[in-house]
Amino acid sequence: MKVLVPVKRVIDYNVKVRVKADGSGVDLANVKMSMNPFDEIAVEEAIRLKEAGKADEVIAVSIGVKQSQETLRTALAMGADRAILVVATDDVHNDIEPLTVAKILKGIVDEEQPGLVLCGKQAIDNDMNATGQMLSALLGWSQATFASKLEIDGDSAKVTREVDGGLQTIDVKMPAIVTVDLRLNEPRYASLPNIMKAKKKPLDEKTPADYGVDPAPRLTIVSTAEPEARKAGIIVGSVDELVEKLKEAGVV
Amino acid sequence: MAVLLIGEVTDGALAMDATAKAVSAAAALGDVVVLCAGASAKAAADEAATIEGVSKVLCAEDAIYGHRLAEPTAALIVSLAGDYSHIAAPATTDAKNIMPRVAALLDVMMISEVTAVIDADTFERPIYAGNAIQTVKSADATKVLTIRGAGYDAAPVGGSASVEMIGAAADPALSSWVEDKVAESDRPELTSAGVVVSGGRGVGSEADFALIEALADKLGAAVGASRAAVDSGYAPNDWQVGQTGKVVAPDLYVAVGISGAIQHLAGMKDSKVIVAINKDEEAPIFQVADYGLVADLFTAVPELTEKL
Ligand SMILES: Cc1cc2nc3c(=O)[nH]c(=O)nc-3n(C[C@H](O)[C@H](O)[C@H](O)COP(=O)(O)OP(=O)(O)OC[C@H]3O[C@@H](n4cnc5c(N)ncnc54)[C@H](O)[C@@H]3O)c2cc1C
Ligand SMILES: Nc1ncnc2c1ncn2[C@@H]1O[C@H](COP(=O)(O)O)[C@@H](O)[C@H]1O
Repeated sequence: MKVLVPVKRVIDYNVKVRVKADGSGVDLANVKMSMNPFDEIAVEEAIRLKEAGKADEVIAVSIGVKQSQETLRTALAMGADRAILVVATDDVHNDIEPLTVAKILKGIVDEEQPGLVLCGKQAIDNDMNATGQMLSALLGWSQATFASKLEIDGDSAKVTREVDGGLQTIDVKMPAIVTVDLRLNEPRYASLPNIMKAKKKPLDEKTPADYGVDPAPRLTIVSTAEPEARKAGIIVGSVDELVEKLKEAGVV
Repeated sequence: MAVLLIGEVTDGALAMDATAKAVSAAAALGDVVVLCAGASAKAAADEAATIEGVSKVLCAEDAIYGHRLAEPTAALIVSLAGDYSHIAAPATTDAKNIMPRVAALLDVMMISEVTAVIDADTFERPIYAGNAIQTVKSADATKVLTIRGAGYDAAPVGGSASVEMIGAAADPALSSWVEDKVAESDRPELTSAGVVVSGGRGVGSEADFALIEALADKLGAAVGASRAAVDSGYAPNDWQVGQTGKVVAPDLYVAVGISGAIQHLAGMKDSKVIVAINKDEEAPIFQVADYGLVADLFTAVPELTEKL
């Protein structure tokens, strides 16, 4: 079984994001970029499936600017076998929408015929939480989102999902789309020798047109603004003072 | 223009607060028709019919909707979609699972976690863990959106809409439910509670989370946690507050032993009053706190619980 893992290049989760003064977007100049943290978890899970003999090949895919190569090299250094880069824009500020990403991924799935697609649950830049579900719809496959446990058994998989009320376990027919949550695993770091080896692993370059997909967005971004700032608070000197302030504020 | 609003139904019961907050947001878009689907959903539908601003309730009862699996529920919604300009739902994990599937089946973009409706095509939503607010305008024929309830007041009860029973759509039969692990609790639900007390890694163990729970019980509060506290096994996953957990905006939020990473702030910084208790005066949580107490939580929290 092949496992396909879509990985997105995003602003590193430690970076304090700043909105550009003219409201045209967020500042990406000289900002550290990394693999979306959920996608690292997805890559790790795919590699573990291969190590457990449940998968024979792990293919990482990224859609976006040419620089997403770096993100794919990280996936290859972690242990993915090969990578596909779909260059859909040359502007780093142009975020490719989940619907477009899902359509391109469908094209790749049609060509590669994986038995499983492991997506992140959410990209931490646009916070959409949509791509895996959309891909599943386009393919007519089963879906299991927000996975914290995945067990594959022949032509079905048992997935435990993190939901509002606690945990839900479902059985899905394979092939399936699974989106991964924080507690599925702890991703490994790539070792230096593996980083060197990753440079020689195959990385194919494609365009949306190769899959017959028009990447024109459906949503126009009218403006991007700073959230309202909170007014500065105070430091209280004791528990007594805290209780007093909370009473004054009428919240206890 | 009419809106199909997916009511939040769990095991036959309507999540009133989540659904009524979404009705408040959807009412700006047109007539609101609520869909209640479940193995049993009539009681939920009857309750949804009492929400002011709801013009009609559709009720689909069938075993295939019992656990709101994405594939059959999305198929049902798509079978009804033709009559509506908007399809909306409260941004719960159920809806986040189902709605993007609906959007793709309709070949439209998903608009997730809407915090403000500007007009029928234009919506505000937070991006980058709430560090930026984006206004987007959709060119799609049908708008599919989830609504973040934290910023909305629940629509009041007092309405009496009609309830129409509808049939099930075809079941794609791709997945099946195995089990739920749901902790029963007498405390208020996290996203609708007026007060939330959350603990972080600083609490140090599952046993010591009892300190947080005792303070919460004194305040009649829900209990929350940071990701680090959940990852460390001090608290269950459904307590996680943040960018990728629950988003809350209570009247009072008390953060104990939480540093205030942006991913945590994303889930609580719109609370009306924020209290932080942390032994590190440099902790970023103090930048959003109205009242900060620099103290060891193991002495400060029991003292606070006692003095309230
Ligand atoms: C993709 C992604 C998604 C994430 N999503 C979320 C999310 O939804 N929610 C979330 O919370 N986090 C999330 N995080 C994690 C986030 O980045 C932080 O790691 C996390 O919030 C830290 O939790 P914490 O504040 O409890 O722990 P720490 O950062 O370790 O802080 C512990 C605090 O406790 C204080 N402390 C220790 N002992 C005491 C004591 N005795 N008395 C008083 N204070 C004490 C310390 O001074 C410190 O400030 C996410 C991260 C990623 C990468
Ligand atoms: N441009 C992209 N390239 C590769 N994978 C993507 C891209 N956008 C989204 N994904 C995948 O879809 C998941 C969810 O993203 P989103 O729906 O944007 O929140 C991510 O964690 C990735 O696995």
